[in-house]
Amino acid sequence: MSERYVAALDQGTTSTRCLLFDQQGRLVSLAQRQHHQHFPQPGWVEHDAAEIWHVVRRLIPEALDNAGAGPEQVVALGVTNQRETTVVWDRHTGQPVGPAIVWQDTRTAPLLQKLCDDLDETVIFERTGLPAAAYFSGPKLRWLLDSDPRLRERAERGDLLFGTMDTWLLWNLTGGVDGGLHVTDATNASRTMLMDLRTLAWDPQMLACLQVPASMLPQIRPSMGQLGRTRDPVPGIPITAVIGDQQASLFGQTAFEPGEAKCTFGTGSFLLLNTGTEIPRSRHGLITTVAHKVDGEPPVYALEGSVAVAGALVEWCRESLGLIRSPAEIETLAMTVEDNGGCFVVPAFSGLYAPRWESKAQGIVAGLTSYITKGHIARAVLEATALQICEVAQAMNRDAEVPLSSLAVDGGMTANNLLMQAVADFLDVPVVRPMMAETVALGAAYAAGLTAGYWPDRQVLKRQWHKAGEWHPAMDPGVRRFTLERWDRAVELSIAWGRPRDAGG
Amino acid sequence: MPGPVQSVERAAAIVRLLASESEPLALGQIASALGLAKPTAHGLLRTLCDVDFVDQDQESGRYRVGRDLLQLGSTPLDINELRSRAINWTDALAARTGESARVAMFRGGEAVIAHHVFRVGSPHQSLETGSTVPLHATALGKVLISFDPGAARSVLDRPMESLTHRTVTDRAALIRQLADIRDAGYATAVEESELGEAGIAAPIRDRGGYVVAAVGIGGSVDKVCDSRGHPKRALADEVVRAARSISREFGHGRTP
Repeated sequence: MSERYVAALDQGTTSTRCLLFDQQGRLVSLAQRQHHQHFPQPGWVEHDAAEIWHVVRRLIPEALDNAGAGPEQVVALGVTNQRETTVVWDRHTGQPVGPAIVWQDTRTAPLLQKLCDDLDETVIFERTGLPAAAYFSGPKLRWLLDSDPRLRERAERGDLLFGTMDTWLLWNLTGGVDGGLHVTDATNASRTMLMDLRTLAWDPQMLACLQVPASMLPQIRPSMGQLGRTRDPVPGIPITAVIGDQQASLFGQTAFEPGEAKCTFGTGSFLLLNTGTEIPRSRHGLITTVAHKVDGEPPVYALEGSVAVAGALVEWCRESLGLIRSPAEIETLAMTVEDNGGCFVVPAFSGLYAPRWESKAQGIVAGLTSYITKGHIARAVLEATALQICEVAQAMNRDAEVPLSSLAVDGGMTANNLLMQAVADFLDVPVVRPMMAETVALGAAYAAGLTAGYWPDRQVLKRQWHKAGEWHPAMDPGVRRFTLERWDRAVELSIAWGRPRDAGG
Repeated sequence: MPGPVQSVERAAAIVRLLASESEPLALGQIASALGLAKPTAHGLLRTLCDVDFVDQDQESGRYRVGRDLLQLGSTPLDINELRSRAINWTDALAARTGESARVAMFRGGEAVIAHHVFRVGSPHQSLETGSTVPLHATALGKVLISFDPGAARSVLDRPMESLTHRTVTDRAALIRQLADIRDAGYATAVEESELGEAGIAAPIRDRGGYVVAAVGIGGSVDKVCDSRGHPKRALADEVVRAARSISREFGHGRTP
């Protein structure tokens, strides 16, 4: 009689969720909590890893309670996470040595030049698939160890462990100081700038360049395989998948085949294209990343266009400007006007990611006149996300042989109709939302459930994909061209603003 | 400066009295409690109802404090906020039932679609978000008028349009249906707005228990209804379950 479920733990940038899914991939239970964001200096973003673990300890029992299910009814757990965010902790006490440095943090921008002096940027890109940018974990880890000689000493003695959020949670879920597993998966490791994309092993040359002691690194495991069993907060649940959040949503959209893509709208926005077992090399500013790795099979790769600030800009309008009371109200405010009134917002809060990779760019609002109301700003805020994704999609179309003919979307911001319409308008292709906006969690559940045999094969999952909504382009081509051009100029201004005057010319 | 206005004092006394009672009061009870002549009390109550400070139960004729008065000073629910809170469970409802799912709220005298999820596997659907559905002839609309006196007044105070031969246009018949909907906890409509189409909907409540919106499914009669033409109980259970889950997102039924 008792039904069986798959659980997903989705540790995101602003909140953590635990969800249960049934055999048809339908949401059965959802428990969610936010954690604090710390902005101690301009460009710095930090999380408290201990707080996040505390949240996770409450969420898993809560999700089980909501469904009235016992742990024995959960056949598998998939862990998915905000990527790149860097945690260092003491292996003896289990305590983080300091705040986690969040992926959006730009403090390592000045370090990058030094790195490229040691190792050519083209070599780094060839080896890791990543441009030299503040975004990735390796430079963050180096910064941490550089910041305090005692830390480096402890790291070299083997007392400290490094991990991204997946590693931190897995270590704690499987026992922590009492024999917790110190592991990561290939998707998360591919975001550290420390892993060789071809071998899926830590790269000694990159370790040397970033001055990272190998003893503090987790073991790189497949994304899908038998990873261990939980001991805390609920014992006995098999963990059968670990996968970075954007790779998880690619899986959740059932984009299993080369050429299939998805775009997630969350704190940031991320367009990923499955390229199969080939390692793609972008010539237009995209990242190469591991899409997933099944135990015993060759890895599957993806091209990625990362946009750092999407929902984060809306959240900034709420939290820092007080323009709105809840993120959803940005649409209400934007609907009070017909267009952006000539106003553009370039949210280069973390510099600019793909396809520009300008770590020093800073945010600007361009086109202000006394005509501009907060409605226009709200519209410009939403258009900023659509326009950034448009840039990334254009880069992807140039890299891939076949241009996108439609865009599969997911994430919390797909509830925003105005944004989805803007994406369809600027990309000039239909935008399609599946019947599960929480695709990150669904993907982790799919990966875990497949490994555990809860689902027999991927075809079953493909059949569970249903279209929930669709937006068609409806913008006049002249207006589109004009808007894209204005946007391009606004972005150039934001790059120029971040450049020191003498160097900028 | 003139002295106190007697009718304002009396109106305030009526509101205070109704607010202190847990059950709705009859006209006679109000009049005797405040020492007013029945016609005087009635006149005051009529005006209080007109300004939405007092609600009159359509069936029993008894009076209670209006929800508008209780919500005075708090802002109404944002339609985009409603969508963002409802989206996960509306998706799950559509996936579970295989039918299209919608969330509607009462806004500007109409039932406005806040969110729409396509029916599984049928091509050529387009999003209806922002459009309106008839309050008196759809399951979503009937939930809103069953639980929201303001919505009820906007329908019952004017002639109702007959959209099909099954549309209920008789005021008394509709009022009886609304009472049944409140008892059952969900509403149904079979071919009342469009031939061949049926719907089931249930109320979404906020933290205080007020119905702020409705969630429901719609589909062809042969799928939504049993062989006798009644909406299937199992589907109604799914709709009610989704409504409860969304209400939880608004803090309803949660211990603080």
